[in-house]
Amino acid sequence: MKERDFETFEKINIKKKIVLALCGALIGFVNGFFGGGGGMICVPLLEGVLGFKNKVAHATTLLVIFPISLVSAAVYLLNGDLEFLSFATTATGVVVGGIFGAFALKVLPEKIVRILFVGLMIYGGIRLMI
Amino acid sequence: MQWIWFVLAGIMGGFFGGMGMGGGTLLIPILSIFLGVEQKLCQGLNLMSFLVMAIISILIHHKNGLLKIRNTQIIIIFGVIFAIFGSVLMTFLPSKILKFCFGIFLCLLSAFEFVKVFKK
Repeated sequence: MKERDFETFEKINIKKKIVLALCGALIGFVNGFFGGGGGMICVPLLEGVLGFKNKVAHATTLLVIFPISLVSAAVYLLNGDLEFLSFATTATGVVVGGIFGAFALKVLPEKIVRILFVGLMIYGGIRLMI
Repeated sequence: MQWIWFVLAGIMGGFFGGMGMGGGTLLIPILSIFLGVEQKLCQGLNLMSFLVMAIISILIHHKNGLLKIRNTQIIIIFGVIFAIFGSVLMTFLPSKILKFCFGIFLCLLSAFEFVKVFKK
């Protein structure tokens, strides 16, 4: 229902605009401060407030995060928090892994992978805190 | 041969990213915990790797007609302004504090994701 409402009334009210601005500020701050993670706030925002379908929300999130990450990366670069060799190797890995992931999406059960993902995040979160 | 670990870390983060889950939120802790890379460097690496991957993904999504720019401009404008604010603030903090904050952020995100997985 929500999706159809959005298709017919593309104009959004002021309340939604304020929510988008506030969440945008949060996404930008988090993504700059932590060097990532903004997308995980952006996807539910696009789905919930703008009624985007899941796939469209995921795809558009990349477009939203891109300029945000670009300015953040510029600040990191100016501050000297980058190293060429580790960047080249990590980025190569990310591209290869990303292609694998995109194909795996059709084969692997998403729910199980998502549970694994959450498990890894909790482990990482606790290890970084202690 | 240490570079091979960076490739492997990238593959792991990219894999989840490619499946539509937060790739960066995993790549940063992998680099930080397992490879012992300084937190700020991990964050910079993630940002840059994201940019490379995103260019490819955005082009593919555009071809498949999955991008919808309308009404997202507000998010982008405020996002960019606060991204500068966030990343400049980051430069003043020691990696140890950043690590702790990132740990809290990850726990919050996983709690949120946990609820989402079981609600579906």
